[in-house]
Amino acid sequence: MALLQIAEPGMSTEPHKHRLAVGIDLGTTNSLVASVRNGIAVCLPDESGRTMLPSVVRYHVDGSTETGLGALKAQATDPRNTIVSAKRFMGRGLKDVAHVEAMPYDFEDGPGMVRLRTVQGVKSPVEVSAEILRVLRVRAEASLGGRLVGVVITVPAYFDDAQRQATKDAARLAGLDVLRLLNEPTAAAVAYGLDNAAEGVYAVYDLGGGTFDLSILKLSRGVFEVLSTNGDAALGGDDFDHRLFCSILERADIDPPSLEDARRLQMKAREVKELLTSCEEAPIHLRLGSGELVDVVVTRNEFADMTRHLVQKTLTPVRKALRDAGLTPEEIKGVVMVGGATRMPQIQRAVAAFFGQEPLTNLDPDKVVALGAAMQANVLAGNRAEQDDWLLLDVIPLSLGLETMGGLVEKVVPRNSTLPIARAQEFTTFKDGQTAMAFHVVQGERELVADCRSLARFELRGIPPMVAGAARIRVTFQVDADGLLSVSAREMSSGVEASVLVKPSYGLSDDEIAEMLKSGVEHAGDDMVLRALREQQVEAERVIEAAEQALAKDGHLLDADERAGIDAAVARLRELRAGSDHRAIKSGIDAFARATDEFAARRMDNSIRSALAGHKVDELEL
Amino acid sequence: MSIDPTQDYFSLFGLQRTYAMDEAVLEAAWHRLQSQVHPDRYAHLPDVDKRRAMQWATRVNEGFRTLKKPLARARYLLELAGVDVGVETNTAMSPEFLMEQMEWREAVEEARAAAEVEELEQLHVRLLHHARDVRAELGRQIDVDHDLAGAADTVRRLMFIEKLQHEIDEALLALEG
Ligand SMILES: Nc1ncnc2c1ncn2[C@@H]1O[C@H](COP(=O)(O)OP(=O)(O)O)[C@@H](O)[C@H]1O
Ligand SMILES: [Mg+2]
Repeated sequence: MALLQIAEPGMSTEPHKHRLAVGIDLGTTNSLVASVRNGIAVCLPDESGRTMLPSVVRYHVDGSTETGLGALKAQATDPRNTIVSAKRFMGRGLKDVAHVEAMPYDFEDGPGMVRLRTVQGVKSPVEVSAEILRVLRVRAEASLGGRLVGVVITVPAYFDDAQRQATKDAARLAGLDVLRLLNEPTAAAVAYGLDNAAEGVYAVYDLGGGTFDLSILKLSRGVFEVLSTNGDAALGGDDFDHRLFCSILERADIDPPSLEDARRLQMKAREVKELLTSCEEAPIHLRLGSGELVDVVVTRNEFADMTRHLVQKTLTPVRKALRDAGLTPEEIKGVVMVGGATRMPQIQRAVAAFFGQEPLTNLDPDKVVALGAAMQANVLAGNRAEQDDWLLLDVIPLSLGLETMGGLVEKVVPRNSTLPIARAQEFTTFKDGQTAMAFHVVQGERELVADCRSLARFELRGIPPMVAGAARIRVTFQVDADGLLSVSAREMSSGVEASVLVKPSYGLSDDEIAEMLKSGVEHAGDDMVLRALREQQVEAERVIEAAEQALAKDGHLLDADERAGIDAAVARLRELRAGSDHRAIKSGIDAFARATDEFAARRMDNSIRSALAGHKVDELEL
Repeated sequence: MSIDPTQDYFSLFGLQRTYAMDEAVLEAAWHRLQSQVHPDRYAHLPDVDKRRAMQWATRVNEGFRTLKKPLARARYLLELAGVDVGVETNTAMSPEFLMEQMEWREAVEEARAAAEVEELEQLHVRLLHHARDVRAELGRQIDVDHDLAGAADTVRRLMFIEKLQHEIDEALLALEG
């Protein structure tokens, strides 16, 4: 398991041990892994010195897989088994994916997430992403020389719950312990803000291969506060390629191309698009498999004209984000450009015109997200140094709600609320003697359920029969710092409770994940019981270590009896940890938590009080 | 002195229980509290600690939201003082206010139906100015005159205004597609 390193006997209480942690930018087009070494964040290269890993996975007929550049090169020859831009399918059904007709895959549609049929059988986008993560993990462990304690994985800020959950599932399949899912623009702001000691309100404009995000952040004395975020989870450089590809087809006046030819033309379109960033015009001279010749020239202006609507499309989320933040374009101090597609001159011109200032391009748009994620991973893993005293306050991008009568949405958590957040809403029964109530959780801004994303359905059963309108059912939404939702429902007069961790309708079930874990290369031959034992031992070690540090720092908050009680609890847990019964260790951890609950609460009080120090004490004693 | 989870938000943030609020002071207190309780500070610790941090951070955020927005703050102050704002029960409003309410609503409806973005934006600004006056009145009633019954009335007016403001925003959003 990922955490074994801190479980080495005798090493665990060493206070200044550097814990290995990385940040991963899992992009639609390219993925990177970065880590903080000697206080500086760097992207980790592969053995040939490349930091960017094309997010492409090829499944070979012999059962092996190939990830990255090699796979990318095979996309024209083996398009069906070579999966590019899998991120576009994460947490999505087939009907949600744009341009499926132009894609060479053999899709399997079902009630949940779309799947792809390959020579190695049906693959979910989560497995494809896990493959990319696994390659990056191996690269990082080789480069850092040890197992990773944890990772920060970045996601588009505008990703909804289903897409975030899918990303977390992929990490689990890749054998990674996720410290946090971090929004890509926020990661970029961390890297930019810390490097430039920036203060004020900034916009981050992030146009990658398949997603667009716009976040507005206020940077003040080490606090990165996201004021609002907006975007389009299906808009990026790929769409510019597609527009160019369609235009080439029209101009070349050829028959509908085969899968292979279409793929080659698409690759050509991307090449030409990138060329037009530095050249005034680009020739296309390509002999197709069908024998036909494509021979056209595209100029920079023509390309700008045919993609004008796409450029404009990015400005709508910009306007919405500004309005949600209550700001005008003039109030933005700087615009940080992130993502390879922001290199396009028409994008830079449009952004400059909108904000009335040249965007900030003095950072590497390819690496900035991974670098920010690495910085955050470093502090989350517990390597916080004196100067690392920053705080991220992020928001939920899309409102969460429940279906009510007539297919309408009742908003429970509004978009752009600072995380974590909890919100409760009360409902009542509408029939006499009603003993069950169904809930449908949705995400989105529209009024109709049909226009929002369906996240989950669940039922509260066992409500005692009462007259209509007498039951009081309180539904609580809790969204954690990763932007992931859990929902619970409770009938207030009887206390009947139902709670669901929202496993999105477009997600994988726990059983499916367990199955994939079992069959995955990563865990082939793993004994599940042994795995469970290791996991519990690691958690026990973590608990003991945290308790020892707490005692060293705040032991004075306890009297002698209390201290003796906790010391005894530590000793007991240590004994259990040495045993081989994972269930016993787990219940030992739970018992330990109960025994130290009061101490933990006192410590929290204490730190809150010290946070408010400087205020008059009588103000606190209202 | 113990800071327990049932304490009110003003004392949690170390602030006086008044309607008048220095936003910068509130925000600084929010940042200081979050830097102690945010789950990011506990990411490397056991699950129990992470869970507790999430609960605390959730509470601190809720407190910040409540104290930051004037309307929410006024409602909260009235609630602490045991005054029922009576959203559902008390509908006794002055006829002038009801008239005014109708006029605003009609103006918004017309602009929305005619898809007049500029008109909606102007209404948005006019309503902002109006809300500012009403809020000033609320501050006087709570902090100076201690007229909590009057304040409850003003709170209801402000709720109407904010609801309308929200409708304008949503209409604008819908028109932009
Ligand atoms: N010089 C360039 N000019 C125009 N587009 C570029 C250039 N370099 C990269 N891109 C585009 O940027 C996109 C990839 O950006 P990247 O930030 O790596 O994406 P992602 O975050 O989705 O992985 C692709 O659409 C690629 O064609
Ligand atoms: Mg990216």
